[in-house]
Amino acid sequence: MSFARYIARGELARALDDMARGRVTYAPRREGDAVVFRPRAEGEEPLLARATVPPKGVIFPQSERLFAFIREKDPNDPGHTTVRLDSTVDIEPALIFGGRPCDARGFHIFDRVYLNGPHRDPYYAARREATVVVTLACNKAGSTCFCHWTGCGPADTTGSDILLTPVGEGADAGFVAVAVTERGGAVLEAANLPEADAARSDAAQAVHAATQAALDAQSPARDLSATPARLLERFSDSDFWRDMSDKCLSCGACTYLCPTCYCFNITDENDGGDGMRGRRLRSWDNCMSSLFTREASGHNPRMGKALRLRNRVGHKFSYYPQLHEGVVSCNGCGRCITGCPVSVDIREMVVRATEANEETPNA
Amino acid sequence: MPVLKGKELRVVGFLCNWCSYGGADTAGVGRFSQPTDLRIIRVPCSGRVDPMFVVKALLGGADGVLVSGCHPRDCHYSQGNFYARRRLETLKTFLPALGIDPDRFQYTWVSASEGQRWKNVVSTFVEKVHQLGHAPRIEEAAPYLPLAAGGDSPRAPLRPLAYPAAGTLAASLEQLREKIRAALPELDCVIGWQQGFDALHATPLFMRKPEDVDKLTWGPLNVHNLATYLPQFKNRKVGVVVKGCDSRSVIELLQEKLVEPDNVRVFGMACEGVVDMARVQKTLDAGNADGAMCADVAPAAVAAEGDGLTVEGEAPARLKLADVVAEKCRTCDTPVPLLGDVVEGNASAPAGPAPDAPPSLEVLDAMTPEQRRGFWRAQMDRCLRCYACRNACPMCVCRDHCIAESRDPHWTTQEGNVREKLQFQVIHALHLAGRCTECGECQRACPVNIPVLSLKQWMNRSVRTLFDYRAGVDVNAVPPLLAFAVEEKNIKEHGL
Repeated sequence: MSFARYIARGELARALDDMARGRVTYAPRREGDAVVFRPRAEGEEPLLARATVPPKGVIFPQSERLFAFIREKDPNDPGHTTVRLDSTVDIEPALIFGGRPCDARGFHIFDRVYLNGPHRDPYYAARREATVVVTLACNKAGSTCFCHWTGCGPADTTGSDILLTPVGEGADAGFVAVAVTERGGAVLEAANLPEADAARSDAAQAVHAATQAALDAQSPARDLSATPARLLERFSDSDFWRDMSDKCLSCGACTYLCPTCYCFNITDENDGGDGMRGRRLRSWDNCMSSLFTREASGHNPRMGKALRLRNRVGHKFSYYPQLHEGVVSCNGCGRCITGCPVSVDIREMVVRATEANEETPNA
Repeated sequence: MPVLKGKELRVVGFLCNWCSYGGADTAGVGRFSQPTDLRIIRVPCSGRVDPMFVVKALLGGADGVLVSGCHPRDCHYSQGNFYARRRLETLKTFLPALGIDPDRFQYTWVSASEGQRWKNVVSTFVEKVHQLGHAPRIEEAAPYLPLAAGGDSPRAPLRPLAYPAAGTLAASLEQLREKIRAALPELDCVIGWQQGFDALHATPLFMRKPEDVDKLTWGPLNVHNLATYLPQFKNRKVGVVVKGCDSRSVIELLQEKLVEPDNVRVFGMACEGVVDMARVQKTLDAGNADGAMCADVAPAAVAAEGDGLTVEGEAPARLKLADVVAEKCRTCDTPVPLLGDVVEGNASAPAGPAPDAPPSLEVLDAMTPEQRRGFWRAQMDRCLRCYACRNACPMCVCRDHCIAESRDPHWTTQEGNVREKLQFQVIHALHLAGRCTECGECQRACPVNIPVLSLKQWMNRSVRTLFDYRAGVDVNAVPPLLAFAVEEKNIKEHGL
């Protein structure tokens, strides 16, 4: 079902308007020195820079209302109250433009948990189904990029509906748009665009190959197939995890900037002090926070930052792959490294855990 | 006096049980007519009123807040209202930073016998709030992002910044390494910097073995304030490498007894300024069409010498230090650490003139209250609530027990809205009043570059004006909000 269209650079805003007809479009916008996804106005020229924060919030909001509760006193029996729930979910058709392949693949990591696991999450499912993902292939390798280690790549289409590849320069600049899914195909058709000719399709292939080569030149891809077991072997090596986490501040920046982190917290918030009305919220949670594992008794099985960081690395590179056919729940986008106030490097931890074991197999 | 005409507004009153609550009672018994807009919350003492209560009320929709306690020198807990007076006066000068009219908040003193005075106080205050009308809500403010926000400051550093020649720098660094190696056997570790994931980033280094010391680096990429790590080494001996500004954080920690003087060894190095990574990135990206296709392409090598950074690699460049230096370095007057068992580098580096208002504060100063509300609305909108600002702050020592996340007391909800996010920033700023050394780690740590430092700078300016005090200068001083004077020099007794 794959077909390709060509969008001239100057036509992008117009094409996007047509593709997004009837949908809220989220596109990167610069705010201060950060680039974030914001609803785009019709005709607005979108920014092509890689966003500081991935677009995961569009499908998995930072904080969302699951339902509202209203307690009502029985007028005939004031001691008796009934609870009424309002679980209306307001979901609009949306289109995410300008995420990178690592961002889009994040939704695929989510899908395994929230759609195709033993439980289907209705809130996630509704947003996921209502959202078209238009991804921009990368033509540069950032210094923190390591997508080629994790099964992702600069032109990976997993999780995307349409993949755009920037081709040409100056007056000849444009994008080759490839429909990845049927839904993507329908959206792309609506834009009324010319066919991408063979030369342009080849140019797109060349961009993919060049970026891949740049990544390989920067750091050769690693085989992570042994990593899940190796990390488990390192599980109780407290000196190793202390060394790895010494500089960690135990803030949650890495998890909130991560396109694959899907943990959440559920809280009830009262509207007013009488407890008669309120909302149940689901919000992002992060394993770097002490509250993440603190039990009602006050006991915390992950007391220190070393144990919390171990969980983060372990979850992405060991526990998740063991449950999901070896798929690593890290896409190598490198935002956790770039966004970390003290530059904790997840690559270093994964490599060191693997290599250290090679040196001392019985450690 | 008749009840005020027109619609009732929401005015919250925090009244001390022993005086003002009794005073209001006396007014009631005396059948004095009073406005009905006031909702009274009885507290044991005005000293119990945390300024956060007031801000929470004002951000939450109150049109005015009145705090009333016993007259100074007449507290039932002998000193509660003395502390309250300092805190509440500081708060009053802070509210404009958020775009809240300070006239919506008032504190005063009314004794149990002063029924008539209570009636006057409450009538005058409520009338004033009526003149101001309904308080505008921050979440309804029109987003306002002035171009200057987080942008380039035109102001040149107060003193010329110049790194010594590569040889001299290497020699100072080697001396520092020698001293650390010598001290290491009796220390758990020494915290310094090493090269990070690319040539453009340094990262904290924890030196435990002598060979670790070889990795220690020095230069304008050492942006981190390593004092942040000290409180977690309780009862263990630890060393830390500091720049001039970082040394103020160590002083503050010692002063508040959050680290013990016998357990910390300070290795100081005179500093010539550190860079603002966002500015460097922007400068390197400047030639990129489409606002950089990928924001983090790194050079092969970066070296500091003289007044600039030499960048080698795909796109070689020479960046002027004055263009990319961190905001705090522009007004720095403590390039040489104020304390240190060892101080290396150019220890006679000239201190600049005393700093006046930091350039980033000028941005906030130039706004109208309405613009400030819009400014915080637009800035806080992208806050992820990751709390990197808090965790990077050397003076934030509650760590895992921060009230920002506590359900009991329940200070902030998990809602992702501007009000809750700003409420947290206010909590942070209020807890740092008179303690913040303006190291800027909160703002540097923010992954989405929210200018949260300016709230603390505003607060510090208030503290300087009111108490003539600067944090992190004198180990023996007491932070002004942990103390009081019976007669306050710069606070006039509020008689409403």
